[in-house]
Amino acid sequence: MTASVSEPSGLYDLVVVGAGSAGLAGAVIASELGLSVALVDASTQSGGQFYRHPAPALGAVRPEALHHDWSTFSNLRRRLGASGIAHLTGHHVWSLAKEADETWTVHAVTGADGTAKRPVRIRARTLLLATGAYERQLPFPGWTLPGVVGAAGAQAMLKSGLVLPGRRIVVAGSGPLLLAVAASLAAAGARVPTVVEAAGYLRYARTPRALVANPQKAAEALVHGAALLRHRVRVRLRSAVTEVHGTDRVEAVTVTRLDRDWRPVPGTGRRIACDALAVGHGLVPQIELATALGCATRPLPDCTLGLALDGLQETSVRGLWAAGETGGVGGAELAWTEGELAGRAVVARLLGRRSDAGRIAGLQRRRDRMRAFADVMASAHAPGPGWPVWLTDDTDVCRCEEVTVGCVREAVADLGARDARTVKLLTRAGMGWCQGRMCGTAVACLAARDGVAEPPSERRPFAVPVSLSTLAALDEPAEPGGVEAEASSIEGP
Amino acid sequence: MARTPTDLVGAQPDPPFEITFDGRSVTALPGQSVAAALWGAGILAWRTTRDGGRPRGAFCGIGQCYDCLATVNGEPNRRACLVPAHPGDAITTQEGHGHDRLGV
Repeated sequence: MTASVSEPSGLYDLVVVGAGSAGLAGAVIASELGLSVALVDASTQSGGQFYRHPAPALGAVRPEALHHDWSTFSNLRRRLGASGIAHLTGHHVWSLAKEADETWTVHAVTGADGTAKRPVRIRARTLLLATGAYERQLPFPGWTLPGVVGAAGAQAMLKSGLVLPGRRIVVAGSGPLLLAVAASLAAAGARVPTVVEAAGYLRYARTPRALVANPQKAAEALVHGAALLRHRVRVRLRSAVTEVHGTDRVEAVTVTRLDRDWRPVPGTGRRIACDALAVGHGLVPQIELATALGCATRPLPDCTLGLALDGLQETSVRGLWAAGETGGVGGAELAWTEGELAGRAVVARLLGRRSDAGRIAGLQRRRDRMRAFADVMASAHAPGPGWPVWLTDDTDVCRCEEVTVGCVREAVADLGARDARTVKLLTRAGMGWCQGRMCGTAVACLAARDGVAEPPSERRPFAVPVSLSTLAALDEPAEPGGVEAEASSIEGP
Repeated sequence: MARTPTDLVGAQPDPPFEITFDGRSVTALPGQSVAAALWGAGILAWRTTRDGGRPRGAFCGIGQCYDCLATVNGEPNRRACLVPAHPGDAITTQEGHGHDRLGV
């Protein structure tokens, strides 16, 4: 079948990719200040991952019960509804292209999972990238067993589908997100015997200035801490799940104490019965749409890469702004702050006037303060060099291609691989459906010389899978009439 | 204290409907993804891997990991965590790359 391409409508002043906190804030302010804006998002609802919530048909009377600071989102959603923004839902952006006349083309595939036979291209004078992040994983024996799910994944499924992966769920990994996940799972009726955190929290105390400047973060931690106490959830610091037990699904996990470098301390393993494990080691900025264009990146203290941005959120490629987790993971409040800042910067560029110098300076101060805290957080929860000690040679590193630790170690020790890309070429690790999103960090660490891992490059030619018919249709003239128009086959030239 | 996620958010969903998983009837709530409906029925695996034949299901929950690929109404490689469940949907365990019948 020929996949005809549709174009929603002419040339927008601004196209925003991602309808989470950053994208919503950027789109809404730019529209309110007079720009024509399209907001493109893969989901059917706005909110991104943080404000993910049940579909209307689930009739949630209290969706805010699973959220922090819901009023910020409901305010942005109300302003979105009152605006003239074209909110293009179910659009999965796979590429951005800068045209000869300095305008942009955003290429998207449509449908719930991007498999609808209707590609779309949207044209823009400027772009704001607000694509958020995905969860970072470190492998361990048994992590591919059903019942082992991402910590953020468990929360995402709970927020949108109102379901749990089990009744008795251990939460493990590293990062403050684990506290929020454990609190939501427990509030939703799961028994959470323990939260297993690989880092200590003492690292935060070494940077008191960032802590004092961000008292709301301490307050958030206290709220989660109180919820965990109420649900009798024990938090174990400097520990990790080092093995999962079960044949067809999770039956128990082994939790082992770690030394300061994250090496398991022999003889400290404790078996804990559970029927699910929610695990994650923080978040990775999702930046491939920008890196494909050559945007500069910066290494973050947790060994991931974020986009390098100027004081007004513009990337190193003129006309492309970015906000939120794409510049480094820092949470929803930082995301909407940066989103608004970027939106105002775009308005200033296109209309040739500053919208409100005082407001911009205030947003910048707020951003810098929260970025400082994000750096402390990233540093505190960066994987320690000793974590590979808990792997066995037959542990899968790459879930898609089923590449084991043994294969990766052979590529490094015998074949001379020194980075994730070379390991990929030699073993297929990172060459499957997810394109290394789940194994990239682990492979980079295992390939590192002297234990200092370079972040994987996060360069992928396509941000989502695209069918050959979609690529073939790029040469076709775009079909007018908008996304709602019925697809019709266009004869080739 | 809430005993279930639906209690927690005070959900009053539209009437539930049936889908099937490998021929077995599963109750889904309107608005749930295929993966959520399967989790709701206690089903955590609906795919077997290409090389090891190992069971897999939803892992990342947001469409990034592709571990939740399922065959939906005969169409393989659908991301179950993104695809909404519809009444009468037939979900079947996807084996390997899902294209065995093509002989590739």
